[in-house]
Amino acid sequence: MRTVAVIKRICQEMLRDKRTLALLFVAPLIILTLMYFLFNGNTVDPKLGVVNIDNNLVKILEETKINVKHYDQAGRELIVEEELDGLLELKDEKLVLTLQNSDPSIAKALQMKVNQSVSFQAQSKVLNSNAAPLAIQKNDIDTQYVYGNSETSFFDVLSPVLVGFFVFFFVFLISGIGLLKERTTGTLERLMSTPIRRGEIVTAYLVGFGIFAVIQTVIVVLFSINVLDMVLVGSVWHVILINLLLALVALSLGTLLSTFAASEFQMVQFIPIAVIPQVFFAGIFPLEGMANWLQSIGKIMPIYYAADALKGVMYKGLGLKDISGDLFVLVVFATFFIILNIFALKKYRRL
Amino acid sequence: MNYSIAINQVSKSFGKKVVLNQIDLTIEEGQIYGFIGPSGAGKTTLVKMIVGMDTTDTGTIHVLNKKMPNLGLLQAIGYMAQSDALYSELTGMENLKFFASLYKLNKTEIKERISYAADLVHLTNELNKRVKAYSGGMKRRLSLAIALIQNPKILILDEPTVGIDPELRLSIWNELLRLKNEEGKTIIVTTHVMDEAERCDFVAMIRDGVILTRGTPKELKEQYQVDNFDEVFLKAGRNDS
Ligand SMILES: Nc1ncnc2c1ncn2[C@@H]1O[C@H](COP(=O)(O)OP(=O)(O)OP(=O)(O)O)[C@@H](O)[C@H]1O
Ligand SMILES: [Mg+2]
Repeated sequence: MRTVAVIKRICQEMLRDKRTLALLFVAPLIILTLMYFLFNGNTVDPKLGVVNIDNNLVKILEETKINVKHYDQAGRELIVEEELDGLLELKDEKLVLTLQNSDPSIAKALQMKVNQSVSFQAQSKVLNSNAAPLAIQKNDIDTQYVYGNSETSFFDVLSPVLVGFFVFFFVFLISGIGLLKERTTGTLERLMSTPIRRGEIVTAYLVGFGIFAVIQTVIVVLFSINVLDMVLVGSVWHVILINLLLALVALSLGTLLSTFAASEFQMVQFIPIAVIPQVFFAGIFPLEGMANWLQSIGKIMPIYYAADALKGVMYKGLGLKDISGDLFVLVVFATFFIILNIFALKKYRRL
Repeated sequence: MNYSIAINQVSKSFGKKVVLNQIDLTIEEGQIYGFIGPSGAGKTTLVKMIVGMDTTDTGTIHVLNKKMPNLGLLQAIGYMAQSDALYSELTGMENLKFFASLYKLNKTEIKERISYAADLVHLTNELNKRVKAYSGGMKRRLSLAIALIQNPKILILDEPTVGIDPELRLSIWNELLRLKNEEGKTIIVTTHVMDEAERCDFVAMIRDGVILTRGTPKELKEQYQVDNFDEVFLKAGRNDS
């Protein structure tokens, strides 16, 4: 009953604050649209598996800074299992290049390098022997893709991450500042002179802002898929589920960190500390290229798991079972922050 | 004797600063007890501990024979903070409704209490305005109305009449006296206004975290041999330092 009263009050306040509503619902759409037009690529040393390729070509490939690994047998499973960016195979006198393509920018770079190496080798063969030009040219390489196709753009892979990030960012900011306002205006302390329990306040905040987070999540997801035409191979419900869990984490983290902020300005100061670093580990920059210690930092970031699950569902079409590990970690994060929230309110009242 | 409020050897420090030092005080049911004392003396700190919003370092506080802090007892305590803590985006009515719904009241009780409290502080016609459009005194009055909303047995008012005009102040004090006399409520008031202090049944003068002197206003005036209560305040302070 008291929880319901607080929830109702939060909603009343939010609905009065048109600007915050606009920030919550419209800003992510604008930024996503911008990103859609602005996406850019990046480069990492690609990992290429080779089967049945002559040593000359391998040397040339290695000179172009490709990390070459030898295998006996080819296959798509091999690429996924060994986390290769591509696999080059000589099959029936023809070169077949299979690209993993989970990051199209890497795939494109790798494809280009392989093409160059192959034509370079062809040229040197012509020079060294006077034999008739053995025309292995660009078109002779048969290119295949594990995920997506040659039309896949970087934005397609980036977009699941972006959707997750914006849900996280705006929910974090608005719930944090919402609770902070209660602190700075003294109403939180005032609440402590009423019979409300700390747990009831935390629950009310989670539900009250949660309602807005749900609406925002649904709008962002539907906009991304229907208007921006993001790739969605898996189920839209799974996408919404992942984002809701992420929003819950953001909500509880935002209210928790607001405990340590004395003003709205200080709350904003948490963004470079608590939010921006998460972007680095969300998969916008490939994790494989990072040092081990950096990768383990990534593993304590909620967005890392959400991004992994979102990529899985939206791009690779994974089902609920495949992403259950990620979802579990998100639930653990949220539970952990919620409990800390209840403890943080002890500052105001022991009961 | 059944005390409404019993404060026993209470001390409190913030960091190294000792704000309250071994306070002993008992307040009987149906009394108006005034706390006076210079700014920074520790009145607000003491009052907050009685409500249970703050914990004592040492010592105990019992309200209605129950040790504070106690969640269940908060139904019986109406508190008005020194600084207004209101939701400025909401209207006066919405603020009253919100606080009312935090207590055990049914729908008709909520309606009755809201109209009683709003009427008492002359805000009935302003209830549909947003609080951010209120004047300072109107906010103060709304805070007072909220403190009364659940019809508590004990009222703890931290400088309730700051920024309220003399006429309304008089009518508020008449209502406090009526609540005490007719409904047997126990009321604690902190104030810097000496004619208000004189209306209390008992007055305690707090200074630097200790109770310098206490008694009925009449006793205090006799003790310091003055006939103006302002001078009690001044003399009590001077004697000590
Ligand atoms: N949260 C706090 N942290 C540190 N010091 C505090 C805190 N709250 C109060 N104090 C200190 O405790 C002392 C007593 O403060 P308190 O608010 O109780 O005074 P007061 O008697 O109510 O004064 P006034 O008449 O101005 O309202 C002051 O010196 C104040 O600086
Ligand atoms: Mg005070």
